[in-house]
Amino acid sequence: MRLRKASAIAASVLALSLAATACGGGDDEGGSGDGGGDTINVGIKYDQPGLGLKTPDGEFVGFDVDVATYIAGELGYEPDQINFVESPSGDRETMLDRGDVDFIVASYSITDERKEMVDFAGPYFVAHQDLLIRDGESVSNPEEIADLMLCSVGGSTSAANLSEQYPGAGLHELATYSECLTGLENGTVDALTTDDSILAGYAAQEQNVGKFALAGLNLSDEYYGVGVPKGETELRDDINAAITAMVDEGAWQESIDEHFGPANYAAEPAPEITETS
Amino acid sequence: MLDFLDLDRYDLFGAFWTTVELTVYSAIGSLIWGTALAAMRVSPVPVMRAFGTAYVNILRNTPLTLIIVACSQGLYFTMGVTMWTDGSDPNSLAFRLAVLGFIVYTSTFVCEALRSGINTVPVGQAEAARALGLGFTQVLTLVVLPQAFRSVVPPLANVLIALTKNTTVAATIGVAEAALLMRDMIEREAQLLPIAAVFAFGFIVLTLPTGLFLGWVSKRVAVKR
Repeated sequence: MRLRKASAIAASVLALSLAATACGGGDDEGGSGDGGGDTINVGIKYDQPGLGLKTPDGEFVGFDVDVATYIAGELGYEPDQINFVESPSGDRETMLDRGDVDFIVASYSITDERKEMVDFAGPYFVAHQDLLIRDGESVSNPEEIADLMLCSVGGSTSAANLSEQYPGAGLHELATYSECLTGLENGTVDALTTDDSILAGYAAQEQNVGKFALAGLNLSDEYYGVGVPKGETELRDDINAAITAMVDEGAWQESIDEHFGPANYAAEPAPEITETS
Repeated sequence: MLDFLDLDRYDLFGAFWTTVELTVYSAIGSLIWGTALAAMRVSPVPVMRAFGTAYVNILRNTPLTLIIVACSQGLYFTMGVTMWTDGSDPNSLAFRLAVLGFIVYTSTFVCEALRSGINTVPVGQAEAARALGLGFTQVLTLVVLPQAFRSVVPPLANVLIALTKNTTVAATIGVAEAALLMRDMIEREAQLLPIAAVFAFGFIVLTLPTGLFLGWVSKRVAVKR
């Protein structure tokens, strides 16, 4: 009986401590003030090599991360005051709307539907939908796509574009691009399709260097913008200024070279800022 | 408010129909394989009992996503198993791989529900059947299982409802069912909550009548002892 009492107490202590830690998770809410001792919350992707990737030791690397860090720097935040938050594609509008993040730099294409929910600054990068193929093969003509077996991520803009433009092409829709790479490596699919920036990131990964190459087709234009909450015009103008400064200073090109260089990917020069009032 | 619901652009009913098809095929397959597993677990042959026990305990405790992704990544993308298609239509291929995964997983729950039903049949009946000279298969199929099935309709209804909702996992390997369409719509229309609400409602429309109907069936067929 004594033993049972002791274990009951132990169980309730455990439950309480779990509940307490669950509540404690959200304590590091950042303010949107003008720097100083505050922190700033920035939404990025955690799973896109080259753009935004969380490494096993908790560091963040990628082009989006560099842009976010630069913008935060211009807004008056030191790198250690930036609090990176994961913003999966489907949650981005909600996160901005609810104020979970101050701005989002996460391969966020500017579209009219999205502009009804959030405001954009930028664009800071222009990507094209492209194919990643096995090194040594080639797809020179977009018409050949109809005969290929392709792979992309389900629910992504690229997958939707492709099935609209090339209804004849076979398309596997998987959960992540890495899963597509298995098929590409084993020959069960011919190409992986999405924005060339994301593809270049995968091709430049250490374990993939030399295995895959970009086909170099420009199937669409995706203008990546920085998402800000609706109506934050002041913040948007500040971010636009920061992007311009980053491009002028050369930090933009430096980051492109660092993250996409190994894939032999020639990114287009920085686009004109269009998202002004 | 419902302006995102462009039915010409998004095949909402087609997607839910795929969900229904996934559920029906997987349910039939799981019922058959689950019954076979339950027979193995109560059989007098030690090897079969050991296989049944090991199968149920391993697969029941493996996350469903893992099983479905393993079917796609392992069977097709690595080993090139095309599941009796010619491999040119990714959608029907993914559909079949998903059905296989659901059967492999759901049959363990069917098996355990059925085994609990077998335990409700009094031992005396099996003993009497054996005294009459029936073999193991005859005892099971003629005496025990008919009564067992009638007592496990409610737990099987639970399994079926869980299966209906589990079919959303097939979206991870690209089966064009409700959850994949939902992801697509959220990505393009940027309206998370209303879209999610529409799909949640769709699943209630599917599962609620299933539950009510099987509840009624269970009352009709219950063994009154």
